[in-house]
Amino acid sequence: MASGVKPRVKVPKTAAAGEAITIKTLISHKMESGQRKDKEGNVIPRSIINRFTCEFNGESVIDVTMEPAISTNPYFEFEATVPEAGEFKFTWYDDDGDVYDTAKKVAIG
Amino acid sequence: MKFKAMTAIAALAISVPFMASADADDDELVVNGEIKMVTKAAAPAHLADNLDEVISGWHFRSDETQVMQADDFDNPGMIFVEQAMDDWNTVMGSKDKSCASCHGDVEESMAGVRAVYPKWNDSKETVYTMEMQINDCLTDGMGAEPWKKSGAKMARMEALISVQSRGMPVNVAIDGPAEATWELGKELYYTRTGQLDLSCASCHEVNYGNNIRSDHLSQGQINGFPVYRLKNAKLTTAHGRFKGCVRDTRAETYKPGSPEFIALELYVASRGNGLSVEAPSVRN
Repeated sequence: MASGVKPRVKVPKTAAAGEAITIKTLISHKMESGQRKDKEGNVIPRSIINRFTCEFNGESVIDVTMEPAISTNPYFEFEATVPEAGEFKFTWYDDDGDVYDTAKKVAIG
Repeated sequence: MKFKAMTAIAALAISVPFMASADADDDELVVNGEIKMVTKAAAPAHLADNLDEVISGWHFRSDETQVMQADDFDNPGMIFVEQAMDDWNTVMGSKDKSCASCHGDVEESMAGVRAVYPKWNDSKETVYTMEMQINDCLTDGMGAEPWKKSGAKMARMEALISVQSRGMPVNVAIDGPAEATWELGKELYYTRTGQLDLSCASCHEVNYGNNIRSDHLSQGQINGFPVYRLKNAKLTTAHGRFKGCVRDTRAETYKPGSPEFIALELYVASRGNGLSVEAPSVRN
């Protein structure tokens, strides 16, 4: 597992039914592009998060393929419509096979 | 229509031919909707002959950069604060202690600390920066290796400690035993260095609000340090920034942690007395 990886998400605790809410996500990750060389001139191997997904009650909200040009600590902000109370599930997929996930509940109110 | 717009632009260009002004704006900084920052204050007494008002560097940044600092989730500097929180609770060194072993809850024990540093240390009989205090804790208190001056670990621990003082006014003491160091710092501030023959004051006192190449000159206040810089995506300490500035005058720089930079840190901090502690701030 890449070191220092910590997912963070910000989701409102409550929303009106049918309301579009703003979701912010951030994961600390160095996103090594595979283009850089170390002091000895050896290529530093690529190590990035290559996919990010968000699901609401099992339904896909967003599914992103990420490429090496994306900067360190990738940040995503997007809107999602909340039809009912439920849970957002966020998943990040690392090049090295690791999967990081976190979830947030939203109530209707 | 198009023609008129063109002439308007041309007229503007003629009215400010050489110097695009980027004066401090009048926005207000409230972090997380609750911590109201004092970003403009009357200049402290020792500075009254040179400046009317001291202004946080936050005012000189674009709106997009400004809003990043107004919310901890959007502030990338907070990632490092979280990492330092892990360090705080990690047992290090031969004495099997973590920072928390002695200092407990960082939110309580470190509140107000950033605002008064650098300060005179009675037992060591010298002016102490927060960095020196942290390294003393590591070596004497914990039996661990000291951290690299202005290194990544040091910067994030400084950020964690500084966050506990957010919103409090900077209030470093410049009289009493610290006065000689403060005087040295003041002398350094006004001494021109390098092939470009620039002092700190040449940019940050005489020309703040003007452009330096594509960037806006601030007053060089350090109330927001350690600062998250967008250009290198990590925290920069005050000494790291000093080094960059001196280098940009094309001079040989002092080293981070050197007596010169300690004195300069005390002096520059005192120029911001009255501004809120903002760290970790977000800058270009």
